[in-house]
Amino acid sequence: MPLHRPTLRVASSVAVTVGTYGVAFGAAGVAAGFSVWQTCLLSLIAFTGASQFAAVSVIGAGGSALSAVAAASLLGVRNALYGVQMAPRLGVSGWRRVLAAQLTIDESTGVALGQEGEGRHAVVQGFWLTGGGVYLFWNLATLAGASGAHLLGDPARWGLDAAVPAAFLALVWRRFADRRLIGVALAAMGFCALISPVVPAGLNIVATTLVAVVAGWVER
Amino acid sequence: MTRWWVVILTGATAFGLKYLGHLVPARWLANERLRRINEYVPVALLSALVVAEGLVDKTRVVIDHRAIGLGVAAVALLARAPFFVVVILAALASAIAVHLG
Repeated sequence: MPLHRPTLRVASSVAVTVGTYGVAFGAAGVAAGFSVWQTCLLSLIAFTGASQFAAVSVIGAGGSALSAVAAASLLGVRNALYGVQMAPRLGVSGWRRVLAAQLTIDESTGVALGQEGEGRHAVVQGFWLTGGGVYLFWNLATLAGASGAHLLGDPARWGLDAAVPAAFLALVWRRFADRRLIGVALAAMGFCALISPVVPAGLNIVATTLVAVVAGWVER
Repeated sequence: MTRWWVVILTGATAFGLKYLGHLVPARWLANERLRRINEYVPVALLSALVVAEGLVDKTRVVIDHRAIGLGVAAVALLARAPFFVVVILAALASAIAVHLG
């Protein structure tokens, strides 16, 4: 099938902008005590930005491995839902399904579903071009950030310790078009601040899932 | 060793969740409550990470150079600055605060 030009444009711009952000992840991983190799493996295998940042953040803050994996996995649950959406649209099996699963993230799903009006081919191309492009740039950028991190010295001197929460704020901000989500976000921030002094490091993040469950359950 | 476990388990669960999604029939997730909770969980977790990373030191809530960076990030986001610009400005503001403080 011929390449759909407008889809390629969207996919490549998303791949480059989101992908290069992997530099910040690479630096954050090393700042949290992970080796360059471990940081790169996280990007290659886990390949889901918010989860990766969460995992290294929890460890960097002195949390346990269990808290780190739990926070990362809870954030990764949405990828399963994206998979449910994408599977019938892609119609692949065998090793192609394994590959499609690995590339199932916010960006690839978002671009693909955004192409619905352009026809089935555009949806399929949007998924593979965005997923593949982000994978390439995200991993190259992780390597650059992780191997360049030692040149920086103390991360606070360069504001790196503020860059990570700012990145999380930017990630959650994208969802603020919906007012209910602003409410959930504010409640979660308040809850996290409230429980931080009384629970072990890392658990203050995972426990905030409660806010989402309660809000989603009681809302009508 | 802790970090190796984090790398292996985070990688395995991240991929496992993605793959699982591709195997599940769409009609299993038609439940409205489940759909809403799934929409809210990432928002709650990302918000918690903003606080835990930007305003908490060990177990205490503190306002330090990172909060200044976060404030600048919020202003940049209100002005619709792109992702990368938001992060750079936050880092810059925080670094300046560290040097002045």
